[in-house]
Amino acid sequence: MATHLVSGRVNLAFWREVARRELLDCLDKCIGSKAVVWDDFLTGPIGLIAEYSLLKEHEVDRMFPLRPGHLPLKSTSSGAGGNIQNVIFIVRPRLELMTIVADNIRKAEENPGRFRKEFHIYFVPRKSLLCERKLTELGVYGTLNTVGEYNLDLLPFDSDILSMESDSAFKDCYLQGDPTCMFHVAKSLMKLQALYGIIPNIYGKGECSRQVTDMIMRMRREMAGTERLISPQIDCLLLIDRNVDLLTPLMTQLTYEGLIDEIYGITNATVKLPPEKFAKKDDDPKQGQQQQQQQQDLPTEPKKVQLNSADELFSVIRDRNFHAVGPELSRRAKILSAQYEERKDAKSVSAIRQFVSKLHHIQAAKMSLATHTSIAELIKERTDKESFMDSLQTQQEFMNGIDTDKINSHIEDCIARKEPLIKVLRLLCMQSVTNNGLKPKIFDYYRKEILQTYGFENNLSLQQLERAGLLRVQEQKTYPTIRKTLKLVMEDVNEQNPTDISYVFSGYAPLSVRLAQFLARPGWRSIDEVLRLLPGPTIEEKQVLPTGLQKKRPMIGDSQGDSTKVTLIYFLGGVTYAEIAALRFLSQQEDAPTEFVIATTKIINGHNWLQSMLEVPQTSTETTPQR
Amino acid sequence: MAHVTGDWNPLGDVFYRKVELYSMDRLWQEVADLRKFKVAVAPFGGPIALMRDSNKITQVRGSSHIVIFIFSAAGKEISRINWDSGNVIHIGWSLSEDLLCIQDDGTVLVYNIFGKYQRNFNMGQESRESKVIESKVFHNTSYGGTGVAVLTGTYRIYVVNDVHNPASRKMMEVPGLDAPPSSWCVIGGDRQNHILLARDKRLYKLDRSDMQQEILETKTKEVNAFIEMAVSFDNRFLALFSDTGLLWIGSSDLQKTYCEFDTSSQMRPRQLVWCGTGAVVGYWENLLLVIGPQKDWIKYNMDTDAVLIPENDSLHILQTHTHELLQRVPGVVEDIFKIGSMAPGAMLYEACREFQKESQKADEYIRMIKDQLSLAVEQCIEAAGAEYEPNSQKLLLRAASFGKCFGTNVNADKFVNMCKLLRVLNAVRDYQIGIPLTYDQLKKLTLTVLMDRLILRRQWALAQQISQYLKLPESEGESRILGHWACYKVEQKHIPDELIAQSIKEKLGDTPGIAYSEIAKKASECGRTQLAVKLLEYEPRAAEQVPLLMTMRDSRTSLRKAIESGDTDLVYMVLLQLKEDLPRGEFLMMLRNHPQAQDLFLQLCREQHPNLLLDLYNQNDNFQELANTAVRDSLTEKNLQKRLDQLNAAQDNYKKAANEFSMKATEEEIKLLGYQQRMQEQYKEQFLYLSLHDTVHKLVAKNLGKMAEQLRKEFKFPDKRFWWLKIDALAGAGEWIELERFAKSKKSPIGYEPFVELCMKHHNKYEANKYAAKVAPEHRVKMYIRMGTLDEAAELAFQQKSEEDLNLVLRQCAGNRQLSAKINTMKQQLGKK
Repeated sequence: MATHLVSGRVNLAFWREVARRELLDCLDKCIGSKAVVWDDFLTGPIGLIAEYSLLKEHEVDRMFPLRPGHLPLKSTSSGAGGNIQNVIFIVRPRLELMTIVADNIRKAEENPGRFRKEFHIYFVPRKSLLCERKLTELGVYGTLNTVGEYNLDLLPFDSDILSMESDSAFKDCYLQGDPTCMFHVAKSLMKLQALYGIIPNIYGKGECSRQVTDMIMRMRREMAGTERLISPQIDCLLLIDRNVDLLTPLMTQLTYEGLIDEIYGITNATVKLPPEKFAKKDDDPKQGQQQQQQQQDLPTEPKKVQLNSADELFSVIRDRNFHAVGPELSRRAKILSAQYEERKDAKSVSAIRQFVSKLHHIQAAKMSLATHTSIAELIKERTDKESFMDSLQTQQEFMNGIDTDKINSHIEDCIARKEPLIKVLRLLCMQSVTNNGLKPKIFDYYRKEILQTYGFENNLSLQQLERAGLLRVQEQKTYPTIRKTLKLVMEDVNEQNPTDISYVFSGYAPLSVRLAQFLARPGWRSIDEVLRLLPGPTIEEKQVLPTGLQKKRPMIGDSQGDSTKVTLIYFLGGVTYAEIAALRFLSQQEDAPTEFVIATTKIINGHNWLQSMLEVPQTSTETTPQR
Repeated sequence: MAHVTGDWNPLGDVFYRKVELYSMDRLWQEVADLRKFKVAVAPFGGPIALMRDSNKITQVRGSSHIVIFIFSAAGKEISRINWDSGNVIHIGWSLSEDLLCIQDDGTVLVYNIFGKYQRNFNMGQESRESKVIESKVFHNTSYGGTGVAVLTGTYRIYVVNDVHNPASRKMMEVPGLDAPPSSWCVIGGDRQNHILLARDKRLYKLDRSDMQQEILETKTKEVNAFIEMAVSFDNRFLALFSDTGLLWIGSSDLQKTYCEFDTSSQMRPRQLVWCGTGAVVGYWENLLLVIGPQKDWIKYNMDTDAVLIPENDSLHILQTHTHELLQRVPGVVEDIFKIGSMAPGAMLYEACREFQKESQKADEYIRMIKDQLSLAVEQCIEAAGAEYEPNSQKLLLRAASFGKCFGTNVNADKFVNMCKLLRVLNAVRDYQIGIPLTYDQLKKLTLTVLMDRLILRRQWALAQQISQYLKLPESEGESRILGHWACYKVEQKHIPDELIAQSIKEKLGDTPGIAYSEIAKKASECGRTQLAVKLLEYEPRAAEQVPLLMTMRDSRTSLRKAIESGDTDLVYMVLLQLKEDLPRGEFLMMLRNHPQAQDLFLQLCREQHPNLLLDLYNQNDNFQELANTAVRDSLTEKNLQKRLDQLNAAQDNYKKAANEFSMKATEEEIKLLGYQQRMQEQYKEQFLYLSLHDTVHKLVAKNLGKMAEQLRKEFKFPDKRFWWLKIDALAGAGEWIELERFAKSKKSPIGYEPFVELCMKHHNKYEANKYAAKVAPEHRVKMYIRMGTLDEAAELAFQQKSEEDLNLVLRQCAGNRQLSAKINTMKQQLGKK
């Protein structure tokens, strides 16, 4: 069921199992039949942890999304809702949600029906004092039988990815100075250490990294003497503040998975795609007629595709440069048809049986191939557009430091054409970052252009970007030094058979991943100068293992002989799929000094990242965001 | 030295022996005329309480005050209580060594061993009204609790099962009980405690909901009444003594009879108790009779008054001068020391002795037990554990150690453990400490409880040494002991805060897992706030530390600590409290001094208290944010005039904040709104709140070019952007003629591609074609592609001999085989040239 989580060096299925058990513990505390009211935002994440049938086994009879008004408890004609004994709210600690919860409870209390109901609330991932106060203010706190918390912070997305999916993490920490999210990060790290052992080495770069390091060291002191003795499975923790590398998320990702995210947006490892491409693929001609009729109805419902390494084909192509995906797909297609042809050679009964036994596998492979071919086509349509190519070209110029101190005509054109604001801002921020800020005159020119075109209210958003350091007035120029020392820009990238991580952006190596790469070999001392240029403190800490575990480490002639270490890299403020791909690429190298497990507050792309910071949320007029 | 077996007395086929635990302290000897006192002794070698028995007439010396003395098992005085409460019927100890004083009104007062009053509880209304006439304290080892049972003047029995959770329950009544029962006792069970009550010779078994009459037929002698009862420590066995001197021994459920023994004494014994589970001991005036289940007996003469205290494996005999232990000689000890024993352990012991005498016999003995060496070693180790005297322990351990040398794979763990435990046992048995535990008792009691008892007696140093010696986990051992020590320390009010804080820090300094908050709480309870604050400095757990600091009104420290912890919930907790407590101005001032707290508070204000937000910005002269807030408010404002007011205010504040750009932008917005309002009135079209771009766009599209031109000049529209806008607006409105005029009006600053592009955007290929020709030749191929005329694009590219452009076209014609083929031929031709 969760087999795709097992394959990594650190078994994340275990993490999921623990999360599952905790959820069931919460449910089991309320005895009797239950109705669960979900915060909409949580249904996706919880879906990764437990399936409905499991909840059903624990007497969850009904589930509703959290909405103001009456709980539809009695709406069923069968009367199943009538004798629900417990109503459980599972929500994030958001003040605005408390009003809805209170409304629900009060309305339900007004006409209690035949059976008395008990109300419970669980906060994910943690209780908040403010919410509890709010509930008290609203006069329902006393009605609640349980006010608990369900500590689901990191969600296991894949065998090497954990994410909190916290939208506001970056904004809260870097713009508003609210470190709540970092506290959650620290807590999640403590939980990771409780399950997988103390992580002996901690490195980090950035202000938030320092905060988190301080917190986990402190929390460890707090629980002194009660640690469980588990030999460390993770050798090293690397914390990276997103604002250390603001450039990478601004660039258009060019890996397969990255592009899917850029164009369609992946949430909770699932993507919703326009259905047109998928409906017609059915090779049963007899049903063609019906199929066509169905097609008429279908396109309203977007096609959902689960994206994780359980899909063997996807696990191979997800991290490739998109240019390398086409060849791989056609190679697969050839193999598949060859396999299919084998049936003709199968003369003997045993040979046929052998073929039939493989048939299931072949069909699954075929399905997957069809799906990804369709997705690839959809993406190609987009990437072949002139506007896409132009943007890409501008990005390449910026990262090479070409004319970053002049007004860029492509950006100008985009504004003149009134292309989506986010696209403009993304390019503009990139120019500012690669130039360490813009000359005041140029800055004012761009800002004025934007305000005149998109409206005065966007001045507030621009200020937000300024606060984040994405837009600013020119300072000392450090980007060229950083670019050269860390070899961020590579010529002659082999997209088909890459030799360097820069393939993920067809020529640009993400700064954050370079930091990780240098840390693993030869060590950060070699890039001392660059680290000083990057914002925030550099962190190097060691955690002393509990005495019981210390001796066991240096075993002579260790039979496992596994010298590859495991590094947990935690991105504070988000990580992109392209960076994940680059890290995986590093892990897969033959002489890799370390393998990576990735944790983050959210998997981001330039679009949703900027969006989260803007003051007035930009609602794209088109159905799919254009970039 | 006399042989070990010298003081052994046979009882059937086992032996019993008396061991002197202590010869009592002088003070005890002066006080303890046991005849005059109620005596209570806690099980497991616990403390002794003495209280003058008012029923016994004695000569009163000094004041007539009643005093309760508390002594250790070795007779050292621990404390005394000046009794000034009611009439005490009975005293007893709980398993957690609390002294229970049961008064005749049913009140039970609880004291600790230092005579400090802890709490009280009551046995119920009825016992208050009809007075308690008899009471018993009992221990139930199956759930590890101590209970109290009382017999009221109405002959009803009330029971509290656990003194820590006192709920008095009434037992079933025995019908027709109009005089005190002949005897009664409490029999502990797994889930419930029963009362066994004798009314003459009839026995009743009672609990809360049930009453059963039991018939016990004695075979050897008539019985008129059972006048004494004794239950064994583990509640499995029972002894009944009848008025005719018959002693019945059987199981506590009365189902089995082990023996009936005729003591031929008509006199009620002063005490009837079990010695472990193997024998019943009756104590008459100067006679101690130990009776085994096989009717065997031993007689001891008693020369002074004594009190018998049953233990789980033995019996303590407390006298004015001595404290003795009566026990069955443990099996292993018997095996080794019994005369003529051939057990391997015995042989090993002999071998060791011979070896020390340098006799070759040692070798002979060892040879005899060659095959059973490990068993022999084990026996010696166990026997050492069962011995009370360090000398015999040493002999046996030496034998075990000697035997180990001959074995090849004898596991040393047992030996080491026993040595360690014996050291601990001998240390706590010491006269100064006075906890005479046997090895079996320690096993039953567990080490943790032993540590508890040492802590209870304030034997910090010994407890500390033991926990270090046995390497107990810190949470059970060291940190707990130090925590308790510190709590005790802060209660000593005569020592100044400074000194206490210093000495606590010195001792506790680097021990992890200390609950400083507990200590601080204690200090706070004692009214030593300053000390508490000092102590809390050391508490690593912010979640414990901050709330306590708050109760002590140390807002500054609590806020600092909360921020340090990174737990924003804690910060909010402090902030909300401070917001209540402090005057507004002071509160805002304090926020200003703590930027992190201020940021968090701002977060809260944005959602909950917009007014406070403004106050904060005002206080901090944060003009930038004041302006932003005004702008933000203006965006949702429906009334134009109000919106303008807000924008004016914003402009003002931007100016104060020296944000020139925003100031100008606001100014422009105000200007734009003015234009929009006028135009809206003039043209009866919706213009308000559009962006400048959209306004001009609309003007162009509505064919109001003049106005558009005016705005363009007013707002310094860049030329290029204006062209883009105008083309798009005209194409969008389908004003193709106007568009063409515009194209010809001047040379386009943005070339002619946008014309093609925007015509195509608005689906007019014909118009687009017009402009395609004007596009510079090198860009024209792209234009054709955009228009979808791929054939022409291909032709053109071929003409221009641009392979790059050909590729561009080729990429677009997926699915168009014919054209693809054509382009490929073109490419080949180009290649040839």
